[in-house]
Amino acid sequence: MTNYLLEITYIIASVLFILGLKGLSHPESARRGMHLAEIGMLLAVIGTLLGQGIVTWEWILIGLVVGSAIGTAMSIFMPMTAMPQRIALSHAFGALAAVLVGINEFIVKGHEITSGLMGALGFEVLFGSLTVTGSLMAFGKLQGIVKSVPMTYKGQNFVNISLFFITVGMFIFLIFFPQNSIVFGTMIALSFLIGIFIVLPIGGADMPVVLSLMNSYAGLAAAATGFAINNKVLIIAGSLDGSSGFILSIIMSKAMNRSFANVLFGAVGTPQVDTSSLHEDRPITRFNVEDAKFALEQAERVVIVPGYGMAVAQAQYAVRELSDELEKRGIKVEFAIHPVAGRMPGHMNVLLAEANVSYDQLLEMEIINPTMDTVDVCIVIGANDVVNPAARTDKGSPIYGMPIIDVDKAKTVIVMKRSMATGFAGIENPLFYQENTKMLFGDAKNVLQQLVAEFKKN
Amino acid sequence: MFSLIESFYILLLAGFVGFEVIKRVTPTLHTPLMSATNAISGISLVGSLVAAGSDQFVSQMLGLVAVTAATINVVGGFLITERMLKMFKRKERKQQ
Repeated sequence: MTNYLLEITYIIASVLFILGLKGLSHPESARRGMHLAEIGMLLAVIGTLLGQGIVTWEWILIGLVVGSAIGTAMSIFMPMTAMPQRIALSHAFGALAAVLVGINEFIVKGHEITSGLMGALGFEVLFGSLTVTGSLMAFGKLQGIVKSVPMTYKGQNFVNISLFFITVGMFIFLIFFPQNSIVFGTMIALSFLIGIFIVLPIGGADMPVVLSLMNSYAGLAAAATGFAINNKVLIIAGSLDGSSGFILSIIMSKAMNRSFANVLFGAVGTPQVDTSSLHEDRPITRFNVEDAKFALEQAERVVIVPGYGMAVAQAQYAVRELSDELEKRGIKVEFAIHPVAGRMPGHMNVLLAEANVSYDQLLEMEIINPTMDTVDVCIVIGANDVVNPAARTDKGSPIYGMPIIDVDKAKTVIVMKRSMATGFAGIENPLFYQENTKMLFGDAKNVLQQLVAEFKKN
Repeated sequence: MFSLIESFYILLLAGFVGFEVIKRVTPTLHTPLMSATNAISGISLVGSLVAAGSDQFVSQMLGLVAVTAATINVVGGFLITERMLKMFKRKERKQQ
């Protein structure tokens, strides 16, 4: 009887998870959706505690209390700017749990392990382990503990590919000889190494792809756990996580003009040679704060394009103040968000929402681009590669073909930048030398605050 | 072996449902989506609880670490998703 009850709680939990994610289709329904998912999780946990033949409680209690305390502390004290790191870290935790459950299953089942069970366990620990170390590496790079520049060395691809094949070979061996604990242990160790090695050559700008992939792998590890311990709710929740990561990876790779296969097999961040025909000695036009104010005052429609530079300078509040000042004067202000702006999917949206920018002002690239030529002033804040018109026109440019926000079509473009340095990819940006482009040098936050002060004068 | 086939059915169908549902998530909420699915995949907690609650010491210890890690994910993940979603507001604006 308890068994039926248990299955019923799992079914309800699964339905609530799906409804919860469905809520995310609109900001209005999102929070209610999350409440449903939370109830689902609570049901699944209670069902498990009552119906899964649990005999000792002290470790469970300690784990739940410690985990809740750390989780709560992290969610309260973690600033929004540290969100990419937090996401990376949480992938590592989720995957760690899956790996440990897998190892435990291997130990407990001992000589009863069949080839079928090993198939599930193998996937679980493979995906789990490489997600743990891969996410920790991503965390380190985002946090600045590990250098965020791509780390490459001679023969890197050879090492990675050999490592991959050795590990897969061990997995195949284990399916035929499932009780071999030495091979099982070595396989886990190697997967941990693979996780480190695949993130090593990846640079900061490619982090959105890495985080999406890890999201997907963590889900696959959870789903494989469901296979291994024959638990349906794990399979369902794992596939949901897996598909979200999968979809995000597709969106991110499209936005970076990389094939999905290219992203999957870790060729991310390969250094590219810039063969574009541009010379740096062309003149640029500079703007000072007063000029910018003058141009903005004349405008009817202003579009702001934020990039990672806005996050680094913590300029989101200053951006919102400027937008308020403009709106007070009857100027229409919108934000154009490139899918890979920042370090994770949706990074700019979260920062701007934190600064109280209304979400209906945040527009996607595809929506804003067709109307870009009717924009009077476009302000680019700390974005570079995602507004580089060479992606449209210059076949020699490494980012040729990447979809960009067509800021160069606006009547006036004000580019806020610290210096003339190239963007993350080290690619020249012809936008800066255009006639309608005005460069406004300085720290984004500082410059914006000065601009707001100018507006407040009258 | 029957349960393995059954499990594949569930994996495939849940994958399809997930794909269709998540495809409709607005790009504005992609970060909350990641943190929400991550909290949901903290469902490994269910497996961890069983391990921590068994009568074998090794399982208990592996389970303890797993329960802690998964709980951090579930509790932290849902809380931070809510914190983010609370920020997404719409401004009341005068009609122009």
